[in-house]
Amino acid sequence: MEDDAPVIYGLEFQARALTAQTAETDAIRFLVGTQSLKFDNQIHIIDFDDENNIINKNVLLHQAGEIWHIAASPADKAVLSTCYNKTSDSRVVSCAAVWRMPSDWDSGNHESPDDSAHNPQTLELLCHLDDSAHRNAACVLWEPMGDGKRVISLADNHALLWDLQESSTQATVSSTATLEGKGQLKFTSGKWSPHHNCSQLATANDTTIRGWDLRTMSQIYCIENAHGQLVRDLDFNPNRQYYLASCGDDCKVKFWDVRNVQEPVKTLEEHSHWVWSVRYNHSHDQLVLTASSDSRLILSNMVSISSEPFGHLVDDEELSEGEDNHQEDKSKEPLKDSVVSTYEEHEDSVYAAEWSSADPWLFASLSYDGRLVINRVPRALKYRILL
Amino acid sequence: MDADGSVSDESGRRRRVHGMLKLYYGLNEEGKTPEQPQSLDPCDINGPHFDPELYLNKLRRECSLSELMDHETCMVKQIRSLDSDMQTLVYENYNKFISATDTIRKMKNDFKKMEDEMDCLSANMAAITDFSASISGTLQDQHAQITKLSGVHTLLRKLQFLFELPARLNKCLELQAYAQAVSSHRRARCVLQQYSHLPSFKGIQDDCNTIMEKLAQELRQKFRDGGTSAKDLSECVELLLQLDEPAEELCDKFLSHAGSRLELDLQGLEAEIKPYPPTPALKDAATRRSSSSTAVGSPSDNNSPKTISLPSPTPNTDILEFIDRGCNEFVSSLCLVITSYQELFINHAQTGELASKNIPQMANGKLQAFVDDLAARYFLLVERRIQEEKGVGDNSLLVRALDRFHRRLQAVAKLLPGSAVPTRGTEIVVRAATERVKQYLSALQSFYMDSLTDVRQALATPRLSVAGGGTHLGGPAAGRDAPSSLPELLSSLSASILNQIKSVLASVHLFTAKDITFSNKPYFKGEFCSQGVRENLVVNFIRFVCQSSRQFCESAGDKGGSTPPALLLLLSRLCLDFETSTISYILTLTDEQFLVQHQNPITPVTTLCGEAREAAQKLLNHYVKVQGLIISQMLRKSVETRDWVNTIEPRNVRAVMKRVVEDTTSIDVQVGLLYEEGVRKAHSSDSSKRTFSVYSSSRQQPRYAASYTPSAPMDTNLLSNIHKLFSERIDIFSSVEFNKVSVMTGIIKISLKTFLECVRLRTFGRYGLQQIQVDCHYLQMYLWRFVSDENLVHFLLDEIVGSSAHRCLDPSPMEQSVIEVICERG
Repeated sequence: MEDDAPVIYGLEFQARALTAQTAETDAIRFLVGTQSLKFDNQIHIIDFDDENNIINKNVLLHQAGEIWHIAASPADKAVLSTCYNKTSDSRVVSCAAVWRMPSDWDSGNHESPDDSAHNPQTLELLCHLDDSAHRNAACVLWEPMGDGKRVISLADNHALLWDLQESSTQATVSSTATLEGKGQLKFTSGKWSPHHNCSQLATANDTTIRGWDLRTMSQIYCIENAHGQLVRDLDFNPNRQYYLASCGDDCKVKFWDVRNVQEPVKTLEEHSHWVWSVRYNHSHDQLVLTASSDSRLILSNMVSISSEPFGHLVDDEELSEGEDNHQEDKSKEPLKDSVVSTYEEHEDSVYAAEWSSADPWLFASLSYDGRLVINRVPRALKYRILL
Repeated sequence: MDADGSVSDESGRRRRVHGMLKLYYGLNEEGKTPEQPQSLDPCDINGPHFDPELYLNKLRRECSLSELMDHETCMVKQIRSLDSDMQTLVYENYNKFISATDTIRKMKNDFKKMEDEMDCLSANMAAITDFSASISGTLQDQHAQITKLSGVHTLLRKLQFLFELPARLNKCLELQAYAQAVSSHRRARCVLQQYSHLPSFKGIQDDCNTIMEKLAQELRQKFRDGGTSAKDLSECVELLLQLDEPAEELCDKFLSHAGSRLELDLQGLEAEIKPYPPTPALKDAATRRSSSSTAVGSPSDNNSPKTISLPSPTPNTDILEFIDRGCNEFVSSLCLVITSYQELFINHAQTGELASKNIPQMANGKLQAFVDDLAARYFLLVERRIQEEKGVGDNSLLVRALDRFHRRLQAVAKLLPGSAVPTRGTEIVVRAATERVKQYLSALQSFYMDSLTDVRQALATPRLSVAGGGTHLGGPAAGRDAPSSLPELLSSLSASILNQIKSVLASVHLFTAKDITFSNKPYFKGEFCSQGVRENLVVNFIRFVCQSSRQFCESAGDKGGSTPPALLLLLSRLCLDFETSTISYILTLTDEQFLVQHQNPITPVTTLCGEAREAAQKLLNHYVKVQGLIISQMLRKSVETRDWVNTIEPRNVRAVMKRVVEDTTSIDVQVGLLYEEGVRKAHSSDSSKRTFSVYSSSRQQPRYAASYTPSAPMDTNLLSNIHKLFSERIDIFSSVEFNKVSVMTGIIKISLKTFLECVRLRTFGRYGLQQIQVDCHYLQMYLWRFVSDENLVHFLLDEIVGSSAHRCLDPSPMEQSVIEVICERG
């Protein structure tokens, strides 16, 4: 069972921002935001043709500034949000905004792929997620599986919950939460929990992870010193509501049960430098992807703390196939946590990694030098999980 | 006969003559075969095969005339002497023959006379026989009468004895001559029994019985009183037994009596333990002890930290005294009881008529149960006492006590061969020994932790003085002095650990000393040495050292360096030393001292060494991480807190960079104290400073140039990617080797990578970039010397400058010469 070779795509600019197009469930599509101080920044729409192993790209201009964070609306394929830096009068300002892609972004593409670079279309600004009081947005979070009407932006020490109205052209702050404490506190990252009716948010600032209840905008838990150093990223287990993964500058990836925050449930220490991103697979939560500035991407199989600790549970489709498979499953020895694979295609720090929203066995990673690599879960593992 | 034989003396001659006679009669001297085989030479004049003709011819041929002449005269002389010999022999034989004939004639006459005398004797004998027959016939009647009379006499004497018996018994009773009374009664008892149908005898019997009853009562009373000596007692029992007293009852009584006395001993022993443990007296003692230890113990701690100064909780008597008392009072009286009991009920009974009643078996059973019961209680007391012996100060006392305890039990073993007492005693000794080993282990462990605390303090104090004295002039000097004590600390730490282990081994070794009775038990020969001492004590301690070292890495990892880095470094070196020499030394020492026989699976040296090495590696890695983190934090703060867009033109190297170099230098000194230099890749022959300047001017400038031209944004990536293609991937937090260069490389790698990542998160103005250029050049000037491969520093610094150029709004780099000037200015 030879695994397919990774597909590599090079951007002209340095890049940190990567997201899957969340609302798109048919095509494998990723969005990359570039960072350039001198040229107009771009959003690359990367389509991956799984059957032919070909990448198709489309470029949209993002003239507002260099993109630090990008997120796609879960409801509308064409809507996305960015956090970007704007330089004016030798001052650097961080802003956040919601954009709409032009409806015909891919119309001319197939006819003349060479032209696309010459004449890229521009994103249409829907609304700014800033007001005078709250600036320096670190990231924008869409309500998971929501209708694309609610977003949270993390700006300095505030978490702002926005309501988007009138086709997202207008944004109003519906509630805010503020991080209190001594010193200059600043949110570095956050994640909107898909559980509990999307009423919870987890944020990271310095070495601490906090959980918030969005209904009251109050803190519900706090993991002090979750990591020895800065916490870089968080992700919720899509299937187990209390499980949370975090990563940080101590080179570790930790898995928490937020009901008991004294000790992590599990700690991985595979990277040799800061871990910048951690992502659960959307459907098979034992698969965890981590990206690090040691230029490596690691796929781990965390069976023991997944929702299927004893292997695959039979679902409706398989019930029809009879009991044979089922019994074989049971006789299998318990699976162990392990590193599935280490991907070394990157030459520079890998700052982002994302699972595809369309194909659960496919993921993309982006390194600073603008290299996007699309990889698949090894087939052997895939079949072991499926069968 | 010699040809020239001119033997002159008489005796020689006679012998020769006899020899010839013998030869003639075919006899050899003493019946032996002739020593010389008879010569077959025909020229041998004495040989049987002598041929005169040949001989003559030979002589004629061989000899000269004068020789022949001599020969002839010699021959003639010999022939003459032979003739005279012959004559003498004939004469002697004749004489002997004549005297033999005379003797035979004389014997013939004597025999005739003897025959006559014999006839006369037989006639006399016949007459004597007749006479004696007639005499016995006449005496027959009188003899029968005499026999009858003597029978009557004895019967009468017996009857008299019987009639006198009650009176005699009474008298004996009065005189307390019980033994005599019993023997008298025993003699009469059968007769009285037999003739009890006769009224007179019946009366006597009744009288006797009542008296004997009284006597038995008295004996029993005496027995019950128990005040009498053992000898009296045994006599008493013996008599009672003879009086058909039931043996079982007697046994019970005897034992219960002895038991009550032993009970007293036990209570005495118990009293010595009992009042102390739970009562306030102990607390009192404890406070007293603690106060005394604070008063007296603390200076002694400072003076001699090599000894474990745990005060042992001493009840009034020490354990040796206790055991002594136990042995002298309880065990010896137990032995006495056993001997007398055996004497009375078993040995005696086996010989006497009581044997038939199965008394020995019964008595033996009772004795076993009795001894077991009492011994169990005794053991319980001893064990309680031993358990109180918590202190590990003087092991010899305990060992001697145990030895005495064990030795005295051997006496019991000898008296009672089948008893379980000695084995259970040995079990107690074994338990005490294992307990002791456990105590030593925990003492070692706490000693180790204490010495670590000491080291920690020693590390902390000079640092405080540096911090405090930083303002005055002595500051830097003190700072240099402080780390110089690291090797001393290390050596004193490892020496004290080693000493401690040795002293503990010496103490434990007492258990196996030759003069200790239990040392030749199989447990102490085998399992105690291999499992108890080697595995449980030594190996566990080494494991503990490794484990506690590893815990420093884990616990301190998240909380951010609660352990001083110097301690990590020191422990790492300690573990490494353990791996290279100490472990094998200690284990060899143990094996030699205890003659460990490797019958049980034991932990091999290599496993322990592996563990120690692993711990050392982990500690060193952690050290690198912690030190790297400290420098990283400085760099990060310096990058994050500055407004790089609106900064002013660089005139100086930023202070934080100088601080980084200073810290790196001091770390370098610190590591250099404990670790060897290590291998570094060969430097280019000229100073690296120039290398860097060439490097940066030739390679960096085009890169910046490329990034300015809007037409070719790709070139940047291409160039840097090509560069990366040919450089190896750098693992930032990777394992380091056990040498200074590797450690320093690790720390610098971590620091510079942090610098790079922080730079990438910022946006720079023109002067911001230039400041970074200056800073990096400064770092390059000083850091290259610490690392194994200076290209690594080049590469990382290059990346930093490159990244900041990318992140620059107005990238116009500073002239290389200006950078150099600024850096050299300091």
